[in-house]
Amino acid sequence: MGKIASSRTKSRNSLMDWFNQRLPVTQFYKDHLSEYYAPKNFNFWYFFGSLALLVLVNQILTGIWLTMHYKPDADQAFGMVEYIMRDVPWGWLIRYLHTTGASAFFIVIYLHMFRGLLYGSYKKPRELIWVFGMIIYLALMAEAFMGYVLPWGNMSYWGAKVITQLFAAVPWVGDALVEWVRGDYLISDATLNRFFALHVVALPLVILVLVVLHLAALHTVGSNNPEGVDIKKHKDENGVPKDGIPFHPYYTVKDIFGVGMFLLIFLFIVFVKPDMGGLFLEHDNYVPADPSSTPEHIKPVWYFTPFYAMLRAVPDMQMGALIMALAIVVLFFLPWLDRSPVKSIRYRRWPYKLMLSLFAISFVVLGWLGMQSGSVLQKLMAQILTGFYFFYFVWLFFYSRNEIYHEVPERIEK
Amino acid sequence: MMKKVTLTLACLMFASLVSAAGGAYIGEPANTNIKSQSSLQKGAKTYMNYCLGCHSMEFQRYNRVAEDLGLTEDEMMESLVLTDAKFADKMTHTMTREQGEQWFGKAPPDLTVIAKARGVDWLYNYMINFYVDSSRPSGWNNLTFPNASMPHVLWELQGIRKANFETHTDDQGEDHKEFVGFETIEEGQLNEEEYKDMVRDLVNFLDYSAEPAQLIRMSYAPWVLLFVAVFTFLAYLLKVNYFRDVH
Repeated sequence: MGKIASSRTKSRNSLMDWFNQRLPVTQFYKDHLSEYYAPKNFNFWYFFGSLALLVLVNQILTGIWLTMHYKPDADQAFGMVEYIMRDVPWGWLIRYLHTTGASAFFIVIYLHMFRGLLYGSYKKPRELIWVFGMIIYLALMAEAFMGYVLPWGNMSYWGAKVITQLFAAVPWVGDALVEWVRGDYLISDATLNRFFALHVVALPLVILVLVVLHLAALHTVGSNNPEGVDIKKHKDENGVPKDGIPFHPYYTVKDIFGVGMFLLIFLFIVFVKPDMGGLFLEHDNYVPADPSSTPEHIKPVWYFTPFYAMLRAVPDMQMGALIMALAIVVLFFLPWLDRSPVKSIRYRRWPYKLMLSLFAISFVVLGWLGMQSGSVLQKLMAQILTGFYFFYFVWLFFYSRNEIYHEVPERIEK
Repeated sequence: MMKKVTLTLACLMFASLVSAAGGAYIGEPANTNIKSQSSLQKGAKTYMNYCLGCHSMEFQRYNRVAEDLGLTEDEMMESLVLTDAKFADKMTHTMTREQGEQWFGKAPPDLTVIAKARGVDWLYNYMINFYVDSSRPSGWNNLTFPNASMPHVLWELQGIRKANFETHTDDQGEDHKEFVGFETIEEGQLNEEEYKDMVRDLVNFLDYSAEPAQLIRMSYAPWVLLFVAVFTFLAYLLKVNYFRDVH
């Protein structure tokens, strides 16, 4: 008995040896899972990284199956979606997983980014992680926008028209640029075809490469934590951080619980309320694309509305487009705008707590304003909040220079 | 170049202003019940008799309707398929887009997913709020969808009504027409309750056809969520157990 068991172990080891001599599989597993030491005090906010990965896999898998039944043809696209919803077995489920996944992706990413703001995860030495993350966010916006055009509903059509028209704001080459992006003088079959190519091949590849870089940079410097202390400062005799625990099995097991919580909400929406009352799947997009009939109220899907509110808040259109672009660009520079040596909000004083709260609230309210019709009062609110959005970064730059903060502990205390 | 941007965005803002100003008249909720098969069957019958001549359902198949509404092929073909269509055909009609434009000014839209675009309450109110208006080409107008190009196809059932409006002048000296009530000119074959029930069934059928999968989807929901809830609970216990030795 014992002899058989030991010979089995031996043969498994020799198989692993065979691989390891050719590719360091075991070393990779150790570096990134079983001997990647993460701080022991991760909280709720630390679920969203692994959840983003889960949603990415969901989008890729459901996307592949949708592609099997869809044709990017202006005459057929709208009908193809209905074909998937009716005639393809389980097609409705695959489509709803994909559409709900798109919104879930942004919810998860926004919370993931806010976690970074709360605990200063963008600060030295993690600037590059933040920058890669921001590029992923940008690529995701392009991916979501182009995916939204594919069902070829009326909001797909007019949304595409408005968004591509924004390129006209670029000085000198604007008009040519718009035509180049559309592949035609107007939104047409050519536009649909290239958006399909970008949506299913180009951008997913870009996003996957960026995710690898994002994780590689993270595993080079190690994870931050809610206390914002550096766990690598205190290691035991084996070189293991005293406040660290191996990612596997501890955080793989904990993240499975996070996945369960997430799926409860996600699948509730998929099975019970996939439209989310017009928020995830807009009513006007159930009308086929019609170049001669403008929807009553053109608005992007909810995840773009904070920026849309900024665009509409500025009376001058070229300035509006510029403000919108700057609102995203400024986030890239966050690691250098926040000059405080303290990472976590737990050890920063009330002015920072107050301002970060107001910043988060103003972003959410801007999102709400971007969905509204835009009355005079709403426009005024959008202007004030847009002003505050930018003021926050200016304030942070000066405030953080000589910030008074609470003393940060040396280690994570239980 | 800037003109184009300005123009597009100005259109946008104008469009949003219009939508803010002109709220559709929704007098009462539709109160449809998607789970009632008899309501869906009656609605399907009304649709085939009165609507399909002009409004196709080009993404919906007869056999799918039969299956979801609990009808056999024979029942379906005898009582609901009024054209020479085959059982597995899509619910199309013979009217071309050009003919539609010629006859009604605007081609009658396909109604497969109209309930997703408009919502059941809007559709229900649209179908019960027609009134005669000699200023319109069709002779009919609608409270919920003012100046709609569709005539009141169900007038024989509902009867003929006219709408009374009162004109108010506001502080800025602008006149506003306010709807005060309908006046029956000619009784229909159905009384008000019967007519509303018929429309309710019809709208219910439109709601079903906008997403036939919703019947299956809703029935799976409790089981899927129960499974995930049990899974999550076990995952939680596992997590607690693992973290017992983390201090």
